[in-house]
Amino acid sequence: MSNAQIATFSPTAQRVTTDPCLLPLRVRDLGLKCAETSILHGLDLDLAPRGCTVIMGPNGAGKSMLLKLLHGLIQPTAGRIEWGGKSPTEVTARQAMVFQKPVLLRRSVGANIDFVLKARRKPLTQRDSLLEHVGLLHKARDPARRLSGGEAQRLALARALASEPEVLFLDEATASLDPASVKAIEDIILDASARGIRIILVTHDIGQAKRLADDVVFLQGGRVAEHSAARDFFPNPQSPAARDYLNGRLVF
Amino acid sequence: MAVQLVISGDADLFEIVGLSLRVSLSATLLACLIGFPVGALVAISRFPGRGAVLVLMNALMGLPPVVVGLLVYLHLSRSGPLGFLGLLYTPTAMIIAQTILIAPIVAALSRQVIEDLHAEYAEQFRSLCLSRMQTVTALLWDARYSLLTVGLAGFGRAVAEVGAVIIVGGNIDHLTRVMTTAIALETSKGDLALALALGLILLVIALGVNAAVQGLRMSARRQAYV
Repeated sequence: MSNAQIATFSPTAQRVTTDPCLLPLRVRDLGLKCAETSILHGLDLDLAPRGCTVIMGPNGAGKSMLLKLLHGLIQPTAGRIEWGGKSPTEVTARQAMVFQKPVLLRRSVGANIDFVLKARRKPLTQRDSLLEHVGLLHKARDPARRLSGGEAQRLALARALASEPEVLFLDEATASLDPASVKAIEDIILDASARGIRIILVTHDIGQAKRLADDVVFLQGGRVAEHSAARDFFPNPQSPAARDYLNGRLVF
Repeated sequence: MAVQLVISGDADLFEIVGLSLRVSLSATLLACLIGFPVGALVAISRFPGRGAVLVLMNALMGLPPVVVGLLVYLHLSRSGPLGFLGLLYTPTAMIIAQTILIAPIVAALSRQVIEDLHAEYAEQFRSLCLSRMQTVTALLWDARYSLLTVGLAGFGRAVAEVGAVIIVGGNIDHLTRVMTTAIALETSKGDLALALALGLILLVIALGVNAAVQGLRMSARRQAYV
């Protein structure tokens, strides 16, 4: 096979899609109840087509649930979510999600990537370039579940990128990782964002939010307390809850 | 005398052992082919009446072998619906009976194994929009080492049972005589040496298969595949 015939993942290539764009995102009056407990209520949100949105807020604010709702993993009990006019479940396949605790298959590192490539009918020749992109090519034959926390999360990211998503969700993907691993993952996220993949991530790490965010959504008590550009949010948060959060005070 | 029989390589003895292994391994293979996908499908599905299905699956694990033997006998006997196949008193009939006996065990145990694994993978698989078939295949593959133990439990039940195979096999010398039926017969005849020799081999087989599977699981654990 000639080199021209080998499909590879290129970190610098811009995403190309023939489907109508998923963005902007419109969320109106969104509500979620679990066993009569209201997690989210009356939540409105609009996201621009490009960039990296960071969702912040105290524990229990509903950040992870909001991500799962946007990705179509759970159904809202009220309101609606529209990705370019479509419901989340219609577009789940065009998105990918990296969870706080990476769920790795009981296979080799390479086989974890192959699994997604096969499921999405992508050429398996992309595997090595994806692994190289996240610095794991030398571990392709190792059992995935023996990777360190940082390596496991990079593999989860590579697997997410293997599906060539238009939107990438990350739910506290760098929580409990060492600084070097956090940096490696942030670099991959920035690469993905530069390629045109829309990033929506949840983090408690204010430094990370400053490094990555184009805009910040601050949740409190199941509602959007503030949504503003990162350059405005960090020096001058408008909501008292966001001010308290950024100053390290408990937010109730 | 029993040990001497084993060491001397008695042809009759090893014919019985060979048939036992052929029947029980075939039944185990068939039960796994049926039980693993059924267990996996029930594990990942949510439908009205699922609770009743689980109760039924668990209850079928305790199927009495003689009842299975009787039911298979009724179907395969000349006047039964499958009598025209002429399978009664053949090894095939014994394989059918043992398959019916252990398939529920394999299905129920694999359902539990797969359900636990699915709880871990479910969100990731939903995120990947996998089809039901892709989900089942992936779960079966990732649970392969645990499912080996399930298969072993099925084999253990099959190779040690006597009630079903004696009814549908008839314990015919050189045709359908297996270890358990031979032990029962030889004991009743007072030929304890052959009965003991067969019992010894049965124990060695059980120990050998267990050791092999344990070794596989330990190797898998070292590679973090369990």
